[in-house]
Amino acid sequence: MVGTVSPERDIVATPVQRATREALYAGAIALGLFVLFIGLRTDQNISNELILVQRWWLLFTVVVLTMVGRFVYVAYGQPFLASQKVVDIATGLLPESAATRFFRLPYFIAAIVIVAVLALLAGSLDDLLGPGLAGYARFARALAIIYALASVLFYFRSFIHAHFSALGIAALAIYPVVVVLVLAVYSGSMVGGFQGSLKWVDNFGIQILIYVMLAWGLNIVVGLAGLLDLGYVAFYAVGAYAYALLGTHFGLSFWILLPAAGAMAAFWGVLLGFPVLRLRGDYLAIVTLAFGEIIRLVLINWREVTNGSAGISGIPKVSFFGLMSFNVADENYIAKVLDIAQSGAYYKIFLYYLILGLCLLTAFVTIRLRRMPVGRAWEALREDEIACRSLGINTTTTKLTAFATGAMFGGFAGSFFAARQGFVSPESFIFLESAIILAIVVLGGMGSLVGIAVAAMVMIGGTEALRELDFLKQVFGPDFTPELYRMLLFGIAMVIVMVWKPRGFVGSREPTAFLKESRAVSGSFTKEGHG
Amino acid sequence: MAGTTLLDIKGVQTYYGNIRALNGVDVTVKQGEIVALIGANGAGKSTLMMTIFGAPRARAGTITFAGTDITQLPTHEIARMRIAQSPEGRRIFPRMTVMENLQMGASLDNLQHYDEDAEKVFTLFPRLKERIAQRGGTLSGGEQQMLSIARALMARPKLLLLDEPSLGLAPLIVKQIFDAIRELNRTQGLTVFLVEQNAFGALKLATRGYVMVNGNVTMSGTGKELLADPDVRAAYLEGGHH
Repeated sequence: MVGTVSPERDIVATPVQRATREALYAGAIALGLFVLFIGLRTDQNISNELILVQRWWLLFTVVVLTMVGRFVYVAYGQPFLASQKVVDIATGLLPESAATRFFRLPYFIAAIVIVAVLALLAGSLDDLLGPGLAGYARFARALAIIYALASVLFYFRSFIHAHFSALGIAALAIYPVVVVLVLAVYSGSMVGGFQGSLKWVDNFGIQILIYVMLAWGLNIVVGLAGLLDLGYVAFYAVGAYAYALLGTHFGLSFWILLPAAGAMAAFWGVLLGFPVLRLRGDYLAIVTLAFGEIIRLVLINWREVTNGSAGISGIPKVSFFGLMSFNVADENYIAKVLDIAQSGAYYKIFLYYLILGLCLLTAFVTIRLRRMPVGRAWEALREDEIACRSLGINTTTTKLTAFATGAMFGGFAGSFFAARQGFVSPESFIFLESAIILAIVVLGGMGSLVGIAVAAMVMIGGTEALRELDFLKQVFGPDFTPELYRMLLFGIAMVIVMVWKPRGFVGSREPTAFLKESRAVSGSFTKEGHG
Repeated sequence: MAGTTLLDIKGVQTYYGNIRALNGVDVTVKQGEIVALIGANGAGKSTLMMTIFGAPRARAGTITFAGTDITQLPTHEIARMRIAQSPEGRRIFPRMTVMENLQMGASLDNLQHYDEDAEKVFTLFPRLKERIAQRGGTLSGGEQQMLSIARALMARPKLLLLDEPSLGLAPLIVKQIFDAIRELNRTQGLTVFLVEQNAFGALKLATRGYVMVNGNVTMSGTGKELLADPDVRAAYLEGGHH
């Protein structure tokens, strides 16, 4: 056992002694903190009077959990972490890392077996174990799947690291196919596969990719050009309403209106750009925030055109490049043309590939622009505006192109959003959306496409996945609704990431010019948050 | 070529709000010269440097470069006249590599002369070549100053403005940088206008010098004359140089 000298008393305390003491402190703090939050709760009784509900058992559980957690961390966690850093004196090697001890082949095989057994019994779990235990069994199955996937990722980590972008794109490209096939096997029919895939392709796939695209678009303005924009959702709204209005009133096709929506959003980007040319940092953030609100308020109040808060419904669907339609009533409905069973899933899968294509277009354009004079000027502008001007760069046009390009991608995403929902209202374009998109960019690491994509997956996928946590009802009782805690967990996760990686998932900037060998120094040595 | 006036500053007045920082300054820089501007803190040296670049703009007087009036031009247009600047505080791009910083310097010609000019600045500052893939922010102060000058040179300037190139650097590095400036002037005939607090080093380097006090040019002459002048010695040199 490692002994440490406690500063207060000059005696050697073992970790267990120290842990006991710290656990008691933690318990006292938790009790003080939570006695009003958790121990008591205000509610209404049947005659609408305010009453206090006492929940001492819940309070007790929380306090005990806190104490146990603190005890385990101090008694075992800290000495373990400390031992990880100590080099073995005899061999000069680092001890086995926690990861290699955690991911072992026997465990992996055991996890696969658990998954297989529980999957085979899936239908009869409730009868065998009763609904309560069956919930735990499904939970165990989910954990085993996660563990098995993590093991695979761990063993191939160097390969994955080397080919991350290619693997990522490939995985995204086959994702709907895999979902449909897995669910088809599961339900025993192709139709069942398509119907079951709706949730996975639409709620997870399309939803995440829309945010990836928005975040990549905002990344041009914030990550590359360093112009803090808190009203990005305005361009998203411009794109969405451009398609919604022109599509419903004039019946123009999505494929014509997509570039039109992009151009219109870019125009508004320039319009926003002009008044804020001289502003930077906080001041720019305030004006862009106001711009976002102005657009939203115009959408609410200009009822003759936008139909106000009621929004616009019946927005036409995207056609399959004009060849096939996704409306069941049409002559050239895809299922009639291809002679397959009717399903709403075809449209979702088509939309998935559409947004994937738009995302890849955004990434491609961003990568290309970074290597061109305008992209280099954006980055130089972020680094130092005065130096930029004294090198002969016109900062006015540089800023306007950044705003316009970012806004254009926001507009594309907006018109896609309108086509996917079939309905738009000002509700969808509130400030929270801008904040989430900005959070994704910051969390991913400003300027890094891969980091931002991962951040979008974690943030949007994570909040969606929290809807699936029904098994928690087994633990906290049937009244527990995990959805209500989504935003809390979301916030906690963001704080943790920012403490752990203050520059985002991918914090170091990728240089755009290389010699034969590159020896970049980690970005953590350079100045942070400059400008 | 030598002897024609390249930069002509006449009666320039610059204000920060209502506070006058320059009270009608006259400075001339001729083709092929190294001209030093010395003075105490707050004399207005850096303000003059920034006024040449149009930010802040002169409220009175004219600045003529190679026969063109540049007083009212925006900063980037002035830079496109081939006036390059190593500004106060160096202002390199910290998150960009040395190579990208140099490329930014060469962006006026869209990198047409990049390879050729990069070789030239690397012979002048071999340290930069060793650091080519390193990020600007990770360089030492002296290396950053070298990079700042090198970036300015990449634009193929007719006139190089240097604002306090010796600021915060060890004497040995200052000597290297001054040697490099002399070398550039001698071999390529580059015209240099530099602002310095290190009066001794600057006047030794310069063909001609100006002394600035409280927003006025109070004295001018060749470098040697100023070095020998008892007033200049008393104010800027005695006990001042190391």
